[in-house]
Amino acid sequence: MNNNHNKSGLSTPLHYREGQGGGAATQYIDLFAQCEAMICKHSAEALNSLRAKAFENFKRLGFPTRKVEAYKYTDVSKLFAPDYGLNLNRLDIPVNPYDAFKCDVPNMSTALYFVVNDRFYTATSDELQTTNGNRPNGSLVARSSSSIPDNILLGSLKEMAELHPDLVAKYYGKLADTGKDAVVALNTMLVQDGLLLYVPKGVVVEKPIQLVNILRADVNFMVNRRVLIVVEEGAQVRLLMCDHAMDKVDFLATQVIEAHVGAGATLDLYELEETTTSTHRFSHLYVQQEADSNVLVGGITLHNGLTRNTTHVTLAGSGASINLCGMAIADKKQHVDNNTFIDHRVSDCTSRELYKYVLDDSATGAFAGKVLVREGAQHTSSEQTNRNLCVTREARMYTQPQLEIYADDVKCSHGATVGQLDENALFYMRQRGISEREARLLLMFAFVGDVVDSIRLEALRDRLHLLVEKRFRGEMGKCQGCAMCK
Amino acid sequence: MLKIKDLHASINGKEILKGINLEVKPGEVHALMGQYGAGKSTLSNVLVGHPAYEVTKGSVTYNGKDLLAMSPEDRAHEGLFLSFQHPVEIPGVSMVNFMRAAVNEHRKYKGLSALTASEFLKLMREKRAIVELDNKLANRSVNEGFSGGEKKRNEIFQMAMLEPTFAILDETDSGLDVDALRVVAEGFNKLRTPETSALVITHYHRLLDYIKPDIVHVLYQGRIVKTAGPELAQEIESRGFDWIKREVE
Ligand SMILES: Nc1ncnc2c1ncn2[C@@H]1O[C@H](COP(=O)(O)OP(=O)(O)OP(=O)(O)O)[C@@H](O)[C@H]1O
Ligand SMILES: [Mg+2]
Repeated sequence: MNNNHNKSGLSTPLHYREGQGGGAATQYIDLFAQCEAMICKHSAEALNSLRAKAFENFKRLGFPTRKVEAYKYTDVSKLFAPDYGLNLNRLDIPVNPYDAFKCDVPNMSTALYFVVNDRFYTATSDELQTTNGNRPNGSLVARSSSSIPDNILLGSLKEMAELHPDLVAKYYGKLADTGKDAVVALNTMLVQDGLLLYVPKGVVVEKPIQLVNILRADVNFMVNRRVLIVVEEGAQVRLLMCDHAMDKVDFLATQVIEAHVGAGATLDLYELEETTTSTHRFSHLYVQQEADSNVLVGGITLHNGLTRNTTHVTLAGSGASINLCGMAIADKKQHVDNNTFIDHRVSDCTSRELYKYVLDDSATGAFAGKVLVREGAQHTSSEQTNRNLCVTREARMYTQPQLEIYADDVKCSHGATVGQLDENALFYMRQRGISEREARLLLMFAFVGDVVDSIRLEALRDRLHLLVEKRFRGEMGKCQGCAMCK
Repeated sequence: MLKIKDLHASINGKEILKGINLEVKPGEVHALMGQYGAGKSTLSNVLVGHPAYEVTKGSVTYNGKDLLAMSPEDRAHEGLFLSFQHPVEIPGVSMVNFMRAAVNEHRKYKGLSALTASEFLKLMREKRAIVELDNKLANRSVNEGFSGGEKKRNEIFQMAMLEPTFAILDETDSGLDVDALRVVAEGFNKLRTPETSALVITHYHRLLDYIKPDIVHVLYQGRIVKTAGPELAQEIESRGFDWIKREVE
């Protein structure tokens, strides 16, 4: 485990090489024990205050084996075992802004920001120029862009935690329970920065906010990122996060997002992953919704290596509604695992869940979706659908929908299917002169169509139609403007 | 134009066609009749190259070329069109995208450039008018939620778009009411030229009142057992098939 990453991009081994029999967890335990002070020094009090507890929990839990139900389909210890560099000392990593901005969802008339590894930058071009290469060390103060209202907070979590300690302390770590999941504990132990988005009561942010996450390193590298979203009563905001990996090294990225959505508030949260086959992504999203709030989560895996997304939604106020949709397109040996849990705690809430996978070559997909309707959560309406297309015989899909109901007056349904392309439809198209390849593309494109159409951000929806088509045509790496998604 | 010689074909190892001989010349319309399960749809599917069927013997030449050696899409590009007995629903694929892909692949085969969006929409409009296909249907997914009659109308609309030289209509009349039958059949007739031919499969004479066949065949247990002029269709309408079966046996 390396904890240094200097400017020339070389990392210095510190103290640990893969342990003898201690398992993958040992190296992180040792790392934390030795580097706690350094980690804390470059972070903020609100984040530091939860580390000790997270450390205790991590030591107790260890990485889950595949015998643990929630991680049946993704081998966590194996992924955390290799030696990755970390940048605990917060050294600058050179970024070429021209590459950095070749995002596939460009100029969406959004307010654009970016995070390199776990550091936040505003997208004004003068600032970008200075990040290129020789910028002297020093902290970059996030400025709020003119395109979003002044009273919202958007910027580096660390800096916001210094500027607004009470606010961050009030919400940070309140949803992501380090006692239950080792990866969440690990993230909480090691995380130093990330993003805060705070929208105060009643504020409607018209312009969607786009955040481009960029993984950038010269050595195999681990990034721990944290996102805290607070949308107060009656406020409305839309956030699109695009994940890219700029380099061909192995990346291991953990991310924990906590979203507090107040009464009557609306949050649209889109996550679009377009990384490399050597990127391993572990993301945990926690959403807590108060009465009559409305949340849309769109999780799209367009290109990746290994991805595990855990989504945990708590419907805590009656009348809340969540729309969870996801889509994964995977080929080669890519792996996508979505694990969702929707907790209907109170009455009159609605949840709708739609996940679709298209698996080609020897890709594997997993979907485990649990909906819990607690006692007293009457008039719950819940619908869960997972449909999957295996294009080859080698592709594997594991699906596990689960419904647990302790209330009697509810309307719940769930269903899952794994299938192949409809041979009769293929033939029908070929009879009309459409080549087999084109016919397959049309069918695959049609298959994910309803997920794309669930997106409430028109520019993103249009862009996705195009990206999905490119992806199916195998042109993802060739498109101009996506240097990062080879 | 189309020459079928001693064609044998099977599905799932079961032989359905047991030696078909048939020749259709340019401009001719042949009617193919026969009871349920005789093998009429099997013959249409084999001609357009459905992968579920295996040709075990015989040959088919089409404009001098070996039809059986061509891919289904190339058969289509060469002008072969099947109006399916049971058109498939394709949820999520819009009629517009489907037809655009089909028309442009036909054009590519002929060495023509793809139509522009406005040229294509204009073509759609013109051809819709021929079979009076509702614009609403043209904006939906292919056949999804179409009634039986709408599906058949849509088949002939697609034929109008693709202008085939050899059309097979497999029970295009079934599911159509009297008025729709007239519209669709007259639409079909408008699309005919002295060079185009057709094989019309039907159980009923009423379609043949509009689309006048030159020759009528009867298929029975995988073989053509009777061939005659248009009067044969009339006779079958009034007497049924039993007398033909008796003749065979
Ligand atoms: N997949 C299959 N496996 C086995 N037998 C089949 C299969 N498909 C069709 N058949 C058989 O082939 C025979 C011919 O069927 P075909 O559909 O060609 O008849 P048809 O003349 O078109 O009848 P109809 O007038 O009802 O449309 C029937 O006995 C049918 O049961
Ligand atoms: Mg038939």
